Amino acid sequence: MKMPILSVEGLTTSFRVEGEWLPVVRNVGFAIGEGETVAVVGESGSGKSVTALSIMRLVQQGVGRVEGSVKLGGRELLTLDDAAMRDVRGGEIGMIFQEPMTSLNPVLTVGFQVAEALTRHRGMDGAEAGAEVLRLFDLVRIPDARRRAGEHPHSFSGGMRQRVMIAMALACRPKLLIADEPTTALDVTIQAQILELIRELQNEIGMSVMFITHDMGVVAEIADRVVVMLKGEKVEEAPAAELFTAPKHGYTRMLLGAVPKLGALAETATPRRFPAMAQTGPGPEPDGEPDRRGDAILDVEGLTTRFSMHGGLFGRTTGYVHAVEDVSFAVRAGETLALVGESGCGKSTTGRSILRLVEPTAGKVRFEGENLMEADAAALRAARRRMQMIFQDPYGSLNPRQTVGSAIGEPIRVHGLANGVEVEEKVARLLDLVGLTREHALRFPHEFSGGQRQRICIARGLALEPSLIVADESVSALDASIKAQVVNLMLDLQRELGLAYLFISHDIAVVERVSHRIAVMLLGEIVEIGPRDAVLSNPRHPYTRKLIEAVPVPDPATRGRRRGLIADELQSPVRPVGWTRPERRMVTVGPEHFVMEH
Amino acid sequence: MTAFVLKRLGFAVITLFAVLTIVFFIVRVLPGDPAMAILGDQASQAALNALRARLGLDQPLYVQYLQFLGGVVVGDWGVSMVSGRPVIQEILKVLPATLELTFVSLVLGAAVGIPLGVWSAVRRNKLPDYITRMASLLGLSFPAFVSAVLLLIVFAIQLRWFPVISSGQGTTLSDRLRDLALPAVNLGLIMAAYITRVSRSAMLEVLNQDYVRTAHAKGLAFATIIWRHCLRNALIPVVTVVGLYLGILIGNSVLTEIVFNRPGLGKLIIGALNQRDYTMLQGMMVIYTLIVVLVNLITDLTYGLIDPRIKYS
Amino acid sequence: MTDAATAPLSRAAYLRSAAVAMGGGLIKAFNANKTSWVGLGGFLIVVLLAVLAPAIAPYDPLDQNILYRLKPPSAEHWLGTDFYGRDTLSRILWGARISLAIGLIAIGSAMVIGTLIGMVAGYYGGRTDIIVMQVMDVLLAFPSLILGLIVVAMLGPSIANLVIAIALTAVPPFARIARAPTIAVKNREFIEAGRALGYSDLRLMFGHILPNIAPEILVMGSLWLATAIRVEASLAFIGLGVSPPTATWGGMIREGFENILDSFWLALFPSLAILVVVFALNLLGDGLRDAIDPRLRGEE
Repeated sequence: MKMPILSVEGLTTSFRVEGEWLPVVRNVGFAIGEGETVAVVGESGSGKSVTALSIMRLVQQGVGRVEGSVKLGGRELLTLDDAAMRDVRGGEIGMIFQEPMTSLNPVLTVGFQVAEALTRHRGMDGAEAGAEVLRLFDLVRIPDARRRAGEHPHSFSGGMRQRVMIAMALACRPKLLIADEPTTALDVTIQAQILELIRELQNEIGMSVMFITHDMGVVAEIADRVVVMLKGEKVEEAPAAELFTAPKHGYTRMLLGAVPKLGALAETATPRRFPAMAQTGPGPEPDGEPDRRGDAILDVEGLTTRFSMHGGLFGRTTGYVHAVEDVSFAVRAGETLALVGESGCGKSTTGRSILRLVEPTAGKVRFEGENLMEADAAALRAARRRMQMIFQDPYGSLNPRQTVGSAIGEPIRVHGLANGVEVEEKVARLLDLVGLTREHALRFPHEFSGGQRQRICIARGLALEPSLIVADESVSALDASIKAQVVNLMLDLQRELGLAYLFISHDIAVVERVSHRIAVMLLGEIVEIGPRDAVLSNPRHPYTRKLIEAVPVPDPATRGRRRGLIADELQSPVRPVGWTRPERRMVTVGPEHFVMEH
Repeated sequence: MTAFVLKRLGFAVITLFAVLTIVFFIVRVLPGDPAMAILGDQASQAALNALRARLGLDQPLYVQYLQFLGGVVVGDWGVSMVSGRPVIQEILKVLPATLELTFVSLVLGAAVGIPLGVWSAVRRNKLPDYITRMASLLGLSFPAFVSAVLLLIVFAIQLRWFPVISSGQGTTLSDRLRDLALPAVNLGLIMAAYITRVSRSAMLEVLNQDYVRTAHAKGLAFATIIWRHCLRNALIPVVTVVGLYLGILIGNSVLTEIVFNRPGLGKLIIGALNQRDYTMLQGMMVIYTLIVVLVNLITDLTYGLIDPRIKYS
Repeated sequence: MTDAATAPLSRAAYLRSAAVAMGGGLIKAFNANKTSWVGLGGFLIVVLLAVLAPAIAPYDPLDQNILYRLKPPSAEHWLGTDFYGRDTLSRILWGARISLAIGLIAIGSAMVIGTLIGMVAGYYGGRTDIIVMQVMDVLLAFPSLILGLIVVAMLGPSIANLVIAIALTAVPPFARIARAPTIAVKNREFIEAGRALGYSDLRLMFGHILPNIAPEILVMGSLWLATAIRVEASLAFIGLGVSPPTATWGGMIREGFENILDSFWLALFPSLAILVVVFALNLLGDGLRDAIDPRLRGEE
């Protein structure tokens, strides 16, 4: 190999915690060659982002300490004086971050923010920089560049903001681009566009890329070489193809085993647990699959939820957000129906409307034979006993000032299902059921990890012995390995207790694992619904196809699928007052498989 | 932008109406009798009735309310019961002195407070930060009349640098400045204490934002990041809070005017209180309401200028 | 499994651990900012002196002694005497009782009323919220000294009326203070989870939201107690305090101010007394507020 662009040796970064230096990155070393893309992967707490910040010397002095050696084109960065380091930042190394929504200054126009890098590093005057900004916007495929350069960040979508960030990072033709989880906050179709863009630009400009991610699918899509990190240390480094076919370290094998691979369950009808460790293949079928041919316990018909938008001088209603439009489906006992779609498609609102946590505008929700839309407060409360919800954020969904035991016991007391010592016995049994122990009851939520908290939430949901659980992105915030465990727990519980799940998720690979049937939502409507294998193997709606194609597959062999550099974005579900929905029809395309006419 | 201005303007009118209503009812609903308050409890029933009729207090409440509102709109705020001259004239006569004092204090407060707050935030948990924080905390612990009395003791009585009584009527600029100096320093320093604290916490908030990290990653110099990227964002909450502190500023200006014996709304309202000039008090409430609403309007509009997100909403 | 682990969990154990969690939070907040200890100490000393005033004050605060008028500080009268020959130190000690009593009662009631209003507005949101908070904002914008001044002028200066006037001006800020974290907490998923579990609004508000916002409100309480003491003194200074001859700090400064040219200490000592209390309370509240994270980040 020629001299690498970036070489990192013995990098150790520590943070000062209560007077002591705590190493967060320990003795990490790797190199990035010219034009090469190196992915740094790891779960939360692996130190991958801190590694990037250390290379850029963006770790706050006094709080953090960086030791070791970081050489850019042979020049040591860690001992460079501040002024010279500022020339490197943005000049020789460009960086983009995870949160495009907050990474741009809200009070300055995007054009100005990009031009700033040009005047700073390339000595351009205002006019030159302005012209160059337009060229850069064209490069990152921002349509209508001239007009958009003069706008402020808040009028840009997340994907467009990330394009602006890329334009800014590439403004000075850096030798190296550091991308810190640049697509994690984006929808899967937008993620595909941004990955494609980075790849194209790399070819056009010939820069190296350090790509930090937790997503093995993204790694397979983009990386030439992979560095795997665990708890601040590098545990494995290998060319991408080699890593995916023959992982050496146990942790890498575990990580790959925990990653769902879309298409792995083709031709099977039922959900599958994640394999326990490092075996590939579909994984064992949960035995004693409950009978799902019974009647629907949940029957949703023509569900519609709109939010009015106010504006103007007198706060008139200026339009409606059609969050959910005429949605109909049914869930049978012991069955999992997955609602998939991208952000803003109305899948979460659908779940909340069913429980009437938000008030639907129209439609019928029949649960265990009772129409919830007509239920009074008492009947609704009774129905909510049998229908529980598990949320996305395991940190937010537990009251921080309540012990775990009292959080799980409270619904039992409130609904009078037990009292006194019985409650504690029930709490203990529930904790056992979700794989925790009864001594956990006296602890507070902050003493638990994310995965454990999600188990606690599940235990609390089960306290009322529900027949249906609405799981709203319940595993999305968890690390891959934890995600696999929680999914397995949910599948086990389904088998044991005959639970039905309405599994709301944007992650199609996980959905393939857990669901019997899938409904795809777009702009508040279900565009396709059917048995899981039929929808995934034989998608009939163009949007379903686009969604499935966008999912990164954790297998470098499938790379090279070109999706084209389209910069289209989802339309908005905001409609003016008086808008009427065009007549739509669902067409039968297979057994239980329906698709909206398009 | 025009829509935004119109909207805020409409909002200001509604607020004005609401405050006047609240003030009117607070005064009327309280279990006190203005006539009794004016004449004292030894007054004869006949005298009380006569006064009630003169003040219109014998009318039904809604009639009084409508008359009050109508009067405010057409500028008929009644006649002072002490001087016999229209209330609005008495107020307009002293208003410039009060406005001069509060405006100068506000400028002084911002000029001292904003840079101090920024400096304190940038040097967080270092010595300058501690000193600034303690000083500003001490500053806002002073009741305005206490600090005024202390300033008077030190600079006017002990050092004799300034007059003990400022007339506020000086004709030459240096006279006016000399009269203004101590009261403005008193109000301005208290204001600076408040503004320092708000600026500091706003700046700390901004320094933690992702876009500041972006600016660092772009290789910008520290000073550029602070002044170009951070300050304008930090000013957004500062402007809001300064608007909220207006009430404190007005209250403090009353106390300051009393201590320095400076003509202005403060002395007028105290005089009206002592002489039980009921119509004058009512007029004072109207003028204070007008000032408050007007300043809030200005705050809102400034806000729109600083924050581009406002214009589009 | 150990014995302790298998023993049934008693209700007392739940309650104990909950209390530990809340108390622990406050102690942590204190330790995070040492200046709050200084503030708390200063305030407690003043409270102690006020409570013990009848026992420790060297003279009767109302005793006039024409022979000892306007005396500067001396061995008999540590802080001098006023126009009627009354002992300044004794009057300051007794005045502390008035200031603290009015402040504590007014802020205590404003805290309860304001918190309720703010919680209800924040929890229900929508039109209720807009209307209630509009009214509160309007009251908030109005200078509290002027409002207090009008109320006392109309009702007459008595301790009860001063309490009403000051409480009235302090309700809107507490409504504001309570509303923001209520909205923040309300939007966290554990409240939505509670609704899904069939909890009533009352249970959610008082069982789940209130404990989460209480520390913040108590901290603001100490800051507003400082403000209340300042406003009470200001009203007394204007001449709307508790009627003479009762000793109040604001009233003493007012009387001292009339003799400021020859006996400035008359105004100086009560001024310092006010400053000490207000500064102590501000130190206390400010330090605690810094330590309690508004976004409840500390819980994670």
